Amino acid sequence: MTISLTQEKVKELEKIALQIRRMVVKMVFTAQSGHLGGSLSVAEIISVLYFSELRIDPRNPNWPDRDRLVPSKGHCAPAIYAALALRGFIDPECLTTLRQLDSILQGHPCMTSTPGIDMSTGSLGHGLSIGVGMALGGRLKRSNFLVYVLLGDGELNEGQNWEAAMAATKLSLSNLIAIVDRNRIQLDGPTEEIMPLEPLMEKWKAFNWNTISIDGHSVEEISDSIQWAKENQDRPSVIIANTIKGKGVSFMENTHKWHGRPPTREEYEMAIRELEGEIDE
Amino acid sequence: MNKDAAMRDSYGEVLVELGEENPDIVVLDCDVSHSTKTLFFAERFPERFFNFGIQEANMMDIAAALATVGLVPFANTFSFLATLRASEQIRTSIAYNNLNVKIVGSYGGLSDSYDGASHQAVFDLAVMRGIPNIKVVVPSDGVETKKAVRAIVATPGPVYLRLCRNEVPVFFDEDYEFTLGKANTLREGADLTLVVIGILLDRTMRALEELEGEGIHCRVLQVHTLKPIDHQAIAKASEETGALVTIEEHNIIGGLGSAVAEVLASSKPAPMERVGIPDKFAESGDYHQLLDKYGMSCRDIVNAAKKVLRRKLQ
Ligand SMILES: Cc1ncc(C[n+]2csc(CCOP(=O)(O)OP(=O)(O)O)c2C)c(N)n1
Repeated sequence: MTISLTQEKVKELEKIALQIRRMVVKMVFTAQSGHLGGSLSVAEIISVLYFSELRIDPRNPNWPDRDRLVPSKGHCAPAIYAALALRGFIDPECLTTLRQLDSILQGHPCMTSTPGIDMSTGSLGHGLSIGVGMALGGRLKRSNFLVYVLLGDGELNEGQNWEAAMAATKLSLSNLIAIVDRNRIQLDGPTEEIMPLEPLMEKWKAFNWNTISIDGHSVEEISDSIQWAKENQDRPSVIIANTIKGKGVSFMENTHKWHGRPPTREEYEMAIRELEGEIDE
Repeated sequence: MNKDAAMRDSYGEVLVELGEENPDIVVLDCDVSHSTKTLFFAERFPERFFNFGIQEANMMDIAAALATVGLVPFANTFSFLATLRASEQIRTSIAYNNLNVKIVGSYGGLSDSYDGASHQAVFDLAVMRGIPNIKVVVPSDGVETKKAVRAIVATPGPVYLRLCRNEVPVFFDEDYEFTLGKANTLREGADLTLVVIGILLDRTMRALEELEGEGIHCRVLQVHTLKPIDHQAIAKASEETGALVTIEEHNIIGGLGSAVAEVLASSKPAPMERVGIPDKFAESGDYHQLLDKYGMSCRDIVNAAKKVLRRKLQ
């Protein structure tokens, strides 16, 4: 695999990931509602997508030839909203309105409320089908945009994913890249206890997808694997990004307890201290 | 008039006509294209036809996504599968985003008669009516089916179109003008109004003759757009005739009867009776015998008309 990022870019993307984490924690604390664990685990993935990969234009969010991101695990909305603010799609001021009446920031992504959101999600299990439709639509419209689908691992319990996996292969959708946030924890507990997924790579392989497993907190590996997926022009690709749920805040890591509960003021301050500490390193 | 035509054939034909006119029309099916007659489109435009196999939920979401790039997807399967197996996809991806997807439920009502209750759809209108943004259209014959399909393509936004599997007598002339959202007053009469949707139009017209013979004069209001319902026409019928009978091939809960009662409740109420399936699953059998057995015979219509007239005159 080729090395696709300069050391400078690596530093920048890591810094943005950290910034996203701080914004996520602040948003969920302010709203006193929202999903921390699964928003923190995708910070590097979101950073690489929004600041290195996606061909998008904040001045023209509905540009027909833009790359699409389907946030299938819609509960990671805070991480997406942070990126949209940093990337100039939305006013950073509005992040404090998350989940409040009249806000453009709904609890789960809403394409008719928020500029830069390509599909409304929140109900798990739809996104890969949506990705298949967008990739097919791009082909029919003779546009060369890429479609990224960000999936949760627990989300893969939903059978519809495997319908979509079959359909993507049938249609040879080489413009479709799925990224699985493999943090090994879902709402009620570990994925391998709630509904075992392993052997996960073999499942995707059996559906005839290009398959790769990476460290989902390494911006280099994320970037390299996306280049790899783009080069594999024969069929859809899936990147299994191994991550840590709650990554970056020690007491939130590797537990389902922080899946969907907001921090108290004390917990919030502790979390921010940890995330700021990391910056100085 | 009154030659029989299979509604699904008319649908298959108009899709091909529209395919010629509009390159953005794409047709999706779930392994039932021989039944829904999207087969005609598939043969003519193989590059714009997609068969997703037995994956109704997947197809519905894919249709939503295709609409986001400006295509006009027709998502086809049996009514019961579209509105139950894939209803969450309809709500979440199509309706919530107000996307331009045309959902076509073939085999509506009891029309897949011999396959039995597992395949019959007597609840689909209730399900679709409860979801915001979606228009619900139910044509009465093959001619109206073609007009309705053209009208829903001309109107952006999500639609559920319910079709009958079988041959039904043709009522409308080729020059009939179909206006989405506007009910048709087919006959004038002062004693009561027969409000009918779908293929029961034929039975309603036969019941009308019998009632005329007994000196009862009915207005006939044919509703092809269940949602948004023609509030004005129904309120006016209630006010001017003072009694109504709703006639539908659907559970009497949640369909046309409910929609009309909702209008009456917020306008000028009048006595009303509902002809339809009395909250039951049906069974396998001949289509017309099923309609008779499950509450939708001409006799049922006549009796309901007489009953509501008695209530009016009390
Ligand atoms: C269809 C559906 N069922 C249940 C839920 C409730 N829910 C929200 S997040 C979640 C767990 C998701 O786990 P995973 O996909 O692994 O996400 P992550 O751990 O990355 O947050 C559940 C069950 C939902 N949003 N949608």
